[in-house]
Amino acid sequence: MIGPRALRILAPLLIGAVFLALWEAVVRVKGIPPYILPAPSAVALSLWVDGPSLLGSLLVTLRITLAALAAAALIGGAIALLFSRSRILELSLFPYAVILQVTPIVAIAPLIIIWVRQPFLALLVCAWIVAFFPIVSNTTVGLNSADRNLLALFRLYGASPGQTLLYLRVPTALPYFLAGLRISGGLALIGAVVAEFVAGTGGAETGLAFRILEAGYRLAIPRLFAALFLLSLTGIVIYLLLDWLSRRVLQHWHESASAREEE
Amino acid sequence: MPSNNLPHAEERPKGASRSTLDAGAAPFSDAEHIVALSGVGKRFASGLEALDGIDLTVARGEFLSLLGPSGCGKSTLLRIVSGLSEPTRGTCQVSLGEPGRSIPSGRIGFVFQDPTLMPWSNVAANVELPFRIAGRVGDEQRDRAAAALRAVGLAGFERAYPRQLSGGMRMRVSIARALVTDPELLLLDEPFAALDEITRFALNDDLLRLWQTRRPTVLFVTHSVFESVYLSSRIAVMSPRPGRIVADLPVSLPQPRDGVRTSPAYAAMCETVSGALGSAMSDTHT
Repeated sequence: MIGPRALRILAPLLIGAVFLALWEAVVRVKGIPPYILPAPSAVALSLWVDGPSLLGSLLVTLRITLAALAAAALIGGAIALLFSRSRILELSLFPYAVILQVTPIVAIAPLIIIWVRQPFLALLVCAWIVAFFPIVSNTTVGLNSADRNLLALFRLYGASPGQTLLYLRVPTALPYFLAGLRISGGLALIGAVVAEFVAGTGGAETGLAFRILEAGYRLAIPRLFAALFLLSLTGIVIYLLLDWLSRRVLQHWHESASAREEE
Repeated sequence: MPSNNLPHAEERPKGASRSTLDAGAAPFSDAEHIVALSGVGKRFASGLEALDGIDLTVARGEFLSLLGPSGCGKSTLLRIVSGLSEPTRGTCQVSLGEPGRSIPSGRIGFVFQDPTLMPWSNVAANVELPFRIAGRVGDEQRDRAAAALRAVGLAGFERAYPRQLSGGMRMRVSIARALVTDPELLLLDEPFAALDEITRFALNDDLLRLWQTRRPTVLFVTHSVFESVYLSSRIAVMSPRPGRIVADLPVSLPQPRDGVRTSPAYAAMCETVSGALGSAMSDTHT
């Protein structure tokens, strides 16, 4: 029979195949023109034809996404460390982190693009603003979640604040940080895409988002779908990679990484 | 932080042997006693009166159980002795130095009710923690950690992670960590309360054996009459709200205590201690 692991992969694949087949059938039977809704086969064809140039654009977007994610991890982690060392700092700055988070990036992006002249940097800043908050807020909670008895034990053995941070608070915060990183991975991609939409960079350095806009204007809807498909695929791959990283790092000790072993 | 040794003359313990102590933790002139509590009271910021008028001395090498119902301040008392908490009244003197200040690290071992292990570190790293904090983990320290693990019956588990161990084994690791620095004073805060009875009996025997071979002074907090009688050389019975010591009973059962659990003398002692605990409870209507 089919094991639970195989089912986990096969079931969604089957659903996907059925959905694509229905889509193809509806488009063909009803004769829907491709500029309204292209058939999956047309999208696949466009993916094949425009693939190389779309992949080039994907690389541009991916570079911004990964740079923003790395910056979010580094700066977000550093801000969280700062917050955990100083309650005053946390109390006074955290509300502004929230404000930055809840203000829609679409609204700030034009300003950032005006202020930051260098296009790559401007897009990076936009994506970073979207991505850094989950890391800051998660890591801050994690750094403050150290076991009270372990803290007492560290005190009893005369640990310095630095030792307590390194040996106790940082390891405690690691699962929180990684959970934040997984959320931020998807957000960095969204941030990069939104910023590209607003910036509309042309020329050689054209990201995938701009290709989507461009394809929309030219009614090249199959290509729009192909670009969209690549974008989703990228998001999924980023998530899977971060999930794998998280499991790998926590495999020995954290419950989140061990749930599957029990089956 | 206010000093544990309050600089008011009238609050110092009386008697020539202990009157020389000053804020700077002079060593005990009375070498027999490792802990001396005098008029110790603790009121929390919430207004809760946890302890009141505790006078207690612990002799070197003693196994003293603090027995009482939950909420009688036993754990608070243990935290005061360790220096993790400060008394609001009275003095707490420990011959090893000033609690929370000048006691060299590793002279006191502490075991909590939970194993309190670092889940991200394997067993060996958990036991070596006191050395890592002291800034020296070499071959000698690794050998001592291995020896401590052997002493609690966990040789060969060095590379295991806490979540791979049973509750009893985790508690053994916790005890090994407390023992690894060869402390003179071992403080145990209801360490076996969460364990099943079979595991608990096994760990009781292990603890007794360790005490007999290494002879640290043990302060053991428990709410089990049977456990306190089985383990201790002396039992201090406490009453709740505020915590006071209402009876101080020596236990004169033979050592080693293999087979003592079924002896009439053990049963009689349990009855005496139960009686003391019962009257402590009825006084306070809890």
